[in-house]
Amino acid sequence: MADDAGIEGLIELMARLPGLGPRSARRAVLMLLKKRGQLMAPLAQAMAQVALTAKDCHICGNIGTADLCPICADPARANGEVCVVEDVADLWALERAGVFRGRYHVLGGLLSALDAVGPEELGIPRLARRVTDEGLREVILALNATVDGQTTAHYIADALAPTGVQLSSLAQGVPVGGELDYLDDGTLGAALRARRRV
Amino acid sequence: MEWREEGLLIAMRPHGETAAIIEVFTRGHGRHAGVVRGGASRRMAAHLQPGTQVMADWHARLGEHIGTFTIEPLKSRAHVLGDRLALAGLSAVCALLHTTLPERAPCPALWLATMPLMDALGETDWASAYLRWELRLLEELGYGLDLSSCAVTGATEGLAFVSPRTGRAVTQAGAGDWAEKLFPLPEGMAGQGPLAPQAVVQGLAITGHFLTRELVETHHGRPLPEARGRLLDLLARAG
Repeated sequence: MADDAGIEGLIELMARLPGLGPRSARRAVLMLLKKRGQLMAPLAQAMAQVALTAKDCHICGNIGTADLCPICADPARANGEVCVVEDVADLWALERAGVFRGRYHVLGGLLSALDAVGPEELGIPRLARRVTDEGLREVILALNATVDGQTTAHYIADALAPTGVQLSSLAQGVPVGGELDYLDDGTLGAALRARRRV
Repeated sequence: MEWREEGLLIAMRPHGETAAIIEVFTRGHGRHAGVVRGGASRRMAAHLQPGTQVMADWHARLGEHIGTFTIEPLKSRAHVLGDRLALAGLSAVCALLHTTLPERAPCPALWLATMPLMDALGETDWASAYLRWELRLLEELGYGLDLSSCAVTGATEGLAFVSPRTGRAVTQAGAGDWAEKLFPLPEGMAGQGPLAPQAVVQGLAITGHFLTRELVETHHGRPLPEARGRLLDLLARAG
C-alpha cells in the first residue's frame, strides 16, 4: 500500500478506467512514478491540455479540440455521403479501416425500449436538418445489428424518408476469417438472405 | 438454489466490463433477473438479444440473491431485425413484460400466450395476435376486460362499446347517453379471428388505457414503454 494520499488518489482514479482494476492501476501508477520525467510529466501535461480544449464537433458530434472536427473541416470529405454511427468509438473504427471517405454523424446512443431514450436525445432532428442544409446524397446507417441498433436505424429511415435522400445500411453476415461452424443462427440466417451471385 | 428452464430473454444491460445482467421470462419463475459472466463479450452478444429463446440455468447461494445464469441459446429471432413492424412488436412485448410483471411470479398462462406470438412476429396478421396478447397480459395483471356480455343489459349480441372504468362491454342500447364517454369496441375484438388494421389500432388504444391505469396504481405512475408507442405509431401509419 502507498502511504501517500495523493498517490492513493491517483491509483483510485486510474482504477476507474476501462480495462484497469485496482491491481493493474497500481502497477500503472508505479510505472509512471518510476518514469516521472519521460512519461508522467508529458502525460499529465497532455491530459491537462486536452481536458481544457476537448469539445464535441457541433456538426457531427465527433470529439476534437476545435469547434469543427478535422473530418468536418476537410472540404475533400464533403462528397454528399454521411455515415451515421452510435458512438465516437464506431467513428474511430471506421476511420481506422480507412474505407469511408465521407463525413459522419454521431448519435451518442440508441433508441432504447427500456431506458426511455428518445429521438431528441440522439440528435435525429439535427441529422434531418443536415440532410437538407448540406444537400446530402446518401445516408449510410452503420448501426449495430442489435434490437436497439436496428430499431434506431428503422426510426431514422422513417424520419429521413420525406427528404428523399438515399438510405443504406451495412451488410450483415460472415465476418472475414469467420468459420460457419462457430456462427450464431441469426448471423447465418442474415448471411444466407444477403447471399450474392459469384 | 438452482433451477433450469426455457425462457424468453427480455432485457440485457452490461454489468461492469465483462458481465451482463439479463432478465428472462419463464413459465415457472416468471420475470427473473440474473448475472451472466462474460455476458458483455462479443461471443455472447448475439445470444443476449431481447427476444432470443434460451435454456437458462440459474444458480445462487440464497434464493434472495440475484444469482448467475448460464445461458444456452435455443432460438434466435434475428430474422425480425430487418422488418421494422415485427421488430417494434418484439420490442413492445419485451418492454411490457419488463415494465409490468412483478419479479419471480410465475405466469404460466401468459407464457403460453407469449411464445406463439414471438414465433408469429412478421407473419400474416400477427398484429391481431399482439392485441390479444395485450388482453391476456391485462388478465394476468388483474385488469382483464370482460367482452362476453353487456354490463347493463346482459345481452351477448350487439356489443358496441367498452367502459373505460370497468373494462366491460356495453351494447348501443345499454350505453344510452353515455356512449360518447365509452371506447368504441372494434369489430372482431371480442372474437378470435383476424382484425382489420384499424380495429387493431382501436383495440390497442383500449388496452393502452388499462395498462396505463395499472402502471399508475402499481408502479407509481410509470409511463408505458416507448417501444409500445413506436409500435402503435407504425401500426397506425400502416393501417
